[in-house]
Amino acid sequence: MRVWKFGNDVNTDLITPGRYTITTDQAKLGKIAFIEHRPEFAKEVKAGDVIVAGKNFGCGSSREHAPVAIKAAGVSAVIAKSFARIFFRNATNIGLPLLVCEEVEKIDDGDLVEINFETGQIHDKSKNITLQAEPLPKFIQKIVEKGGFINYLRSEGYV
Amino acid sequence: MGLTITEKILANASHKSEVTAGDVAIADVDFVMAHDSTAPLAIEGFYEIGEKVFDPEKIVIVFDHFFPPPNIDAAKLHQRVRNFVTKHKIQNFFTDGVCHQILVEKFVSPGNVIVGADSHTCTEGALGAFSTGLGSTDIAAAMATGKCWFKIPESLRFNLSGSPGKGVYAKDIILNIIGQVGADGALYKAAEFAGDYVKNASVPSRLTLCNMAVEMGAKNGIIEADEKTKNFLGREGKFFKSDEDAVYEEEYEMEVDRIDPQVACPPTVDNVKSVASVEGKNVDQAFIGTCTNGRLEDIEIAAKVLREKKIADNLRLLVIPASTKIYLDAFSKGYIQEIIKAGGIICNPGCGPCVGRHEGVLAEGETCISTQNRNFSGRMGSPKAEIYLASPATVAASALAGKIVDPRGYL
Repeated sequence: MRVWKFGNDVNTDLITPGRYTITTDQAKLGKIAFIEHRPEFAKEVKAGDVIVAGKNFGCGSSREHAPVAIKAAGVSAVIAKSFARIFFRNATNIGLPLLVCEEVEKIDDGDLVEINFETGQIHDKSKNITLQAEPLPKFIQKIVEKGGFINYLRSEGYV
Repeated sequence: MGLTITEKILANASHKSEVTAGDVAIADVDFVMAHDSTAPLAIEGFYEIGEKVFDPEKIVIVFDHFFPPPNIDAAKLHQRVRNFVTKHKIQNFFTDGVCHQILVEKFVSPGNVIVGADSHTCTEGALGAFSTGLGSTDIAAAMATGKCWFKIPESLRFNLSGSPGKGVYAKDIILNIIGQVGADGALYKAAEFAGDYVKNASVPSRLTLCNMAVEMGAKNGIIEADEKTKNFLGREGKFFKSDEDAVYEEEYEMEVDRIDPQVACPPTVDNVKSVASVEGKNVDQAFIGTCTNGRLEDIEIAAKVLREKKIADNLRLLVIPASTKIYLDAFSKGYIQEIIKAGGIICNPGCGPCVGRHEGVLAEGETCISTQNRNFSGRMGSPKAEIYLASPATVAASALAGKIVDPRGYL
């Protein structure tokens, strides 16, 4: 899984500019992920690839279009030093796994990584190093495993 | 051990005697809000969960992000949301103001819990309520169940003392705070504003402070309600207060007398400098409005600066009242007429060009100075345009000069 590396404070206007989010079509949203910030991303990203970023990833708007676009583009997980609060909830709610890892500086753009979601271990195959992400709270883990909040509510018999 | 106002409101809403930071609580919500940009996804999620909304009177839908629709796709989304509103007999449907201003004017009472599918839902916390922004799936679940889960946040307390000098307003103060703590300085936390400055500040100024809490990552901004709040709203409520011995993760002491007019420079809200240090930067568009600074006192300041003067050549000045009520009040006081005579353009109440979808989109190389709350690249149009954030006084003065200027010479 190839790494797409981003910096600190990547905001939702960089992920999905408001001018492009007048739609709820997931396939369309997948094509506009980082459309102006990193135009090659949506064209070259492969299913399973991983985003690695610095602090406060996803800050800004509450638009759920941002994690939907990232997931629809094929990204299997986002690893960052920290996440903005609403983005964290939104990504969890749609079943896009997020991992918090202090050592993201050790990973470079283009590295190949493997993630063990149960242990939170990130193996960077290009550098042959293994990093440890913080384990997600059980409640959050369960939502992601079920593929999102609505599936979780269903599986628990709430709806 | 004492409790904060945020902990007390969330304990009350989750029917518990006490909750403290770190607990997870399922709270009843008083109002669930979504707007034209976020409601479509929320509605799709809602239909996956249920058939009936929990209480149509507690759901508020506002068209503000792109109303009237600027293109066919936008009109189609509006159609879908209107169908939902009709089907579920939602009476609280508005097209004449920014969602947060509508909530303030018509709905929120002290002690309420409000969730909105808009990050600036932290604004309403200025009325002594717990109010926070969420995404569409959470809002879908809240529309179906009337409940929402929250991790009780740690609180940061900002004790603001003193009185601001000439040309310094709530916007300058909150920009200064964000510049100090950074874009993630209050991540996941409650930002509680207190002190004699806050006590003396008008309710609209308090709304400006809480509006930008999310720009430092906060879950909610909050200010204790008082007599002033009650008179402003004309509504009763539950007046929660933080205990003297409440536990804060950190307390900041700030003297507002020391703050001069501030500006957030592109491309991040925490890139804050004094206006004096960027004076002379050419401006193509000046915008006064939004959920941050589109209220009557903001338009009054703008009218005062612009009175019997003309804006600079080749500059467009947009003034957008945050609601129809504000628009009419500003009109009856003559502010709107003064702004128009100075060369300003008035647009219908709503978000205007803040999200870059209509009414003042920027071209490559253009610069906008705005009273809004975000200056991210590409937000208002071309990613190669620049956005500076400032108070209504600074924006109005800059519109006259055609470049960024310190407002103190214009008041």
